Amino acid sequence: MMARYRIRRDSCCIACMRCVKECSFGAISEKEGKDLVFHHDKCVDCQRCVSLCPQGALYITEEENRFRHNSVFRKDDLKEILLQAETGGVLLSSMGASGKNVPIYFDKMLLNASQVTNPSIDPLREPMETATFLGERPSTVERDENGKLRDNLPPHLELSTPIMFSAMSYGAISLNVHKALSIAAEELHTYWNTGEGGLHESLYRYKDNTIVQVASGRFGVHQRYLNTAAAIEIKIGQGAKPGIGGHLTGAKIVGDVSRTRMVPEGLDAISPAPHHDIYSIEDLAQLVMSIKEVTEYKKPVIVKVAAVHNIAPIASGIARSGADIISIDGYRGGTGAAPKRIRDNVGLPIELAIASVDQRLREEKIRDRISIIASGGIRNSADVVKAIALGADAVSIGTAALCALGCHICASCHSGKCAWGIATQDESLRKRLDPEKGAERLVNLVQAWTQEIKEFMGGMGINSIEALRGNRLALRGVDLNQKELKILGIGYAGE
Amino acid sequence: MKKEGEIRISSGCAISGIFCKDGRRITGEAIKKSIAVMHSRSNGLGGGFAGYGIYPQYKDYYALHIFYDSQKDREEAERFLEKRFDIINLSKIPVRQNSKISEAPLIWRYFITPLPHLIQDSQLDEDEYTSRAMIRINDTISGAYVVSCGKDMGVFKAVGYPEDVADFYRIEEYEGYSWTAHGRYPTNTPGWWAGSHPFSLLDLSVVHNGEISSYDANRRAVEMYGYSCNLLTDTEVITYILDYLTRKQGLTLKECSEVIASPFWSTIATKNEDERKRLSYLRKMFSSFLITGPFSILVGFHGGMMALNDRLKLRSLVAAEKGNTTYFSSEEAAIRVVEPNVERIWAPRGGEAVIVTLSKEVG
Amino acid sequence: MRMDSEEKDKKTVHGCIGERYLGCGLNSGTLHLEGTPGNALGAYLDGGSIFVDGNVQDAAADTMNDGLIAVRGSAGDALAYGMRGGRVYILNDAGYRAGVHMKAYGNKKSLLIIGGRTGSFLGEYLAGGIIIVLGLGHEKEEITGYFCGNGMYAGTIYLRCDKRPVNLSDKLITRVVGNEEKEEVLSPLIRDFARTFSISEEECLNGSFLAIEADKSKTYSQLYAAV
Repeated sequence: MMARYRIRRDSCCIACMRCVKECSFGAISEKEGKDLVFHHDKCVDCQRCVSLCPQGALYITEEENRFRHNSVFRKDDLKEILLQAETGGVLLSSMGASGKNVPIYFDKMLLNASQVTNPSIDPLREPMETATFLGERPSTVERDENGKLRDNLPPHLELSTPIMFSAMSYGAISLNVHKALSIAAEELHTYWNTGEGGLHESLYRYKDNTIVQVASGRFGVHQRYLNTAAAIEIKIGQGAKPGIGGHLTGAKIVGDVSRTRMVPEGLDAISPAPHHDIYSIEDLAQLVMSIKEVTEYKKPVIVKVAAVHNIAPIASGIARSGADIISIDGYRGGTGAAPKRIRDNVGLPIELAIASVDQRLREEKIRDRISIIASGGIRNSADVVKAIALGADAVSIGTAALCALGCHICASCHSGKCAWGIATQDESLRKRLDPEKGAERLVNLVQAWTQEIKEFMGGMGINSIEALRGNRLALRGVDLNQKELKILGIGYAGE
Repeated sequence: MKKEGEIRISSGCAISGIFCKDGRRITGEAIKKSIAVMHSRSNGLGGGFAGYGIYPQYKDYYALHIFYDSQKDREEAERFLEKRFDIINLSKIPVRQNSKISEAPLIWRYFITPLPHLIQDSQLDEDEYTSRAMIRINDTISGAYVVSCGKDMGVFKAVGYPEDVADFYRIEEYEGYSWTAHGRYPTNTPGWWAGSHPFSLLDLSVVHNGEISSYDANRRAVEMYGYSCNLLTDTEVITYILDYLTRKQGLTLKECSEVIASPFWSTIATKNEDERKRLSYLRKMFSSFLITGPFSILVGFHGGMMALNDRLKLRSLVAAEKGNTTYFSSEEAAIRVVEPNVERIWAPRGGEAVIVTLSKEVG
Repeated sequence: MRMDSEEKDKKTVHGCIGERYLGCGLNSGTLHLEGTPGNALGAYLDGGSIFVDGNVQDAAADTMNDGLIAVRGSAGDALAYGMRGGRVYILNDAGYRAGVHMKAYGNKKSLLIIGGRTGSFLGEYLAGGIIIVLGLGHEKEEITGYFCGNGMYAGTIYLRCDKRPVNLSDKLITRVVGNEEKEEVLSPLIRDFARTFSISEEECLNGSFLAIEADKSKTYSQLYAAV
């Protein structure tokens, strides 16, 4: 197979062999203990060797040998044809979509700030609230016989900042990643999400900051699991592969992964494409209510769906299913493994999904009844602010969180050989990630973003996050056409 | 240039209010004098007054003040009204021509009551039936604008300085137990009369100083409940939020103040358990109606008045009492000018509503 | 408004009712005002004295550089914003945001003394100078509002009470003022205040004082990461 990258070194190399040890893809080996041999075809550009080379002597570059240029059949097209012709396989990849012609709308929206007619606020010195509450709200207040307001609010999730961690399953990622996420979630007063692979018993103590997932495979789902959580998420789909199930190979079902998932060692763990107990929206209501029954109505239920073309009516249906929170995962959402064609060609960008869902729920007068979590390609604090101004209550981050832990987005999660110890169950690799240090980095990241969110809000004279939610006057578009502006519900810059 | 409703126009302002708790009816002279002291807070592009208790002879009927661009618009609106209401009385509102007030629309007043069989068919209460009809006139008859539609109250507003607006409407000839006034300083305006303040729906009227930063979040939330914010002004959205919370959710005005100017979470945490629960509940339940950014408002309603600042108190607001009369204003001088010997004068804290009501229902 | 006497250096004005900018930029002489002067009283005051019998409205003593403003009454919001030097004495209460970003530079040291209580955000962003709140007649109550001294990074706020204000920022430190500091720093300032209004010096100095200052170990520079 043709190499995608080329490994090079300069004269600073002292042949210390560190890179040989670090490369988990077998792209660098040693020759008689004295020199290095590069196997370019095995390199995935994960940057592990580059980052850890004590001499700074290594470089990974794009393979410069190229096919003859053709404006229709480009390099990757041809390469993939060759690969499929050779193997007969469905192309497999991981992380988020790489559809180059799909705009990142976050980059085409600009935020507002106050000048004269109302004051901006300095968040370092004045109160600036990012506390976010997610859950259902009844349509009217109730009073007791003395006229005192009765607390008729169902349980809510309480976040100190509108950022939570996306669902990533144990099995797809290592236990140390789960540990880092749970420690960080606790310290940040937010939530992490188990994904569909169950919850390792050692993490039960983080239950107040844990969201447990129920997916079509129902791995590791039992009464105690459901009750060891602040909320339960029913996963219908994810942005990276809408309509597609999951497949964790038997090779990764080892030891604690097997025990936590309750799947015998070595047996594949297949997540069916749909929940076979949900073939229609009323079936979803049934699952929501059965989960509420088993958790005694003490926990909010989240329904996670991929952003697809008719996301607005889908969300409306979910809002009426008894669910408390809708989680929408956009086109650019990451994954541990997905068919590449699906990943790059199905779904819609999260920005458009938030805008159309928020607007639709308002038209149906039910937006206040339910909360919206947005995810799928949230890269920084500006994306968070824009997502909320479009209408989300909170966002969740997956890829960004993994990057904080070392991930360099080489999109080789499905190989199980993650050199950063993230997407792997390999004993020696997963040790590379120290959960305590990882948690510290996650905390740093979210705290820095939160501070930046406060700066944005302060600039707009908004001192509480709920006043930003759906506040689309805060946004103006650039380089967008009329249709896009209409769907986003924003004006053009200068308007 | 675009007018209110086509573009969002921000404005600074002066506000004043006088309330007689004993129901004593005073002429509009005092409120005019009060607002005039703050001349430099407005720029001549909007002024107005709301008076309560001014139509005792028609107190059981909805009093409509309507601006028309043309006789044709008037005819269309009257046809609309006649189909739905019994019109007890109609007349032009008497004005005094005044060189400082120009481009006046046709200004008419009606006293109406809903046709009983239509109320019955609609399964709505009288207030809801009437408010829907008024919102419909504003939405669908482009040359007609209902300025106020409450009972025993009315709004008088125009483009101009408030004292000139008072002269124009002969405000000194009306007597009411409650008055509010507004002087406007919009940052741009074509000078549209309906865009002046107070803004009013049924017997609720609001005058406001400041520019809120939560506007679009609030607008999109309240529009879910059948309101349409045609003017894109803060005062309009605040009025609709208060109408929704009081009339449709049954909140008290104090509870409304705890929703729109909710204490900070850190402040809520310092309260006793009952109060903490109550305030947290209101804040979570109605989070879409939290108003951020500077505002001071006077809310007139049947039998009472509420003064409220934003929770950071970014606009000034002074309150004072003398005997049975309560005064509110953006500046102390505007109170002293009508009552030099106040017994108590104070600045309400941010988010702290001051609510005064009639000690007995006036007949 | 009525001008009563007009001598070379001394003017008295009766019946003020909201007139703005009185004494603005004054650099010598004495101005006596009676009534309710309007906003921005004594802005940029650069010397001289303004005495007011009555309450003052918003933004009094704005960006004041030198001189004295003494108000026998209360002040509105945003009193002494960005004041750089001189003295502002308010016998009764002050509104929200009194003494925001007051400063000290060279031999200039701004001083704000409030006899009664203040609203929230007292001394926010304080960059130098001294603010004293006496809380006269409010000995058992809170004498400042919420968020007192938020973001201050220099200067001192003295409160005549022994209780920390509610929800004080964790970037501030408080200490009980010792006898020496009370005698040497506070006493001369407070005695001058009391004499100005002919009220009891002892009553103004009675009881313990709490000082609020910035915690220098908690700077904002650690907040940033340069790219």
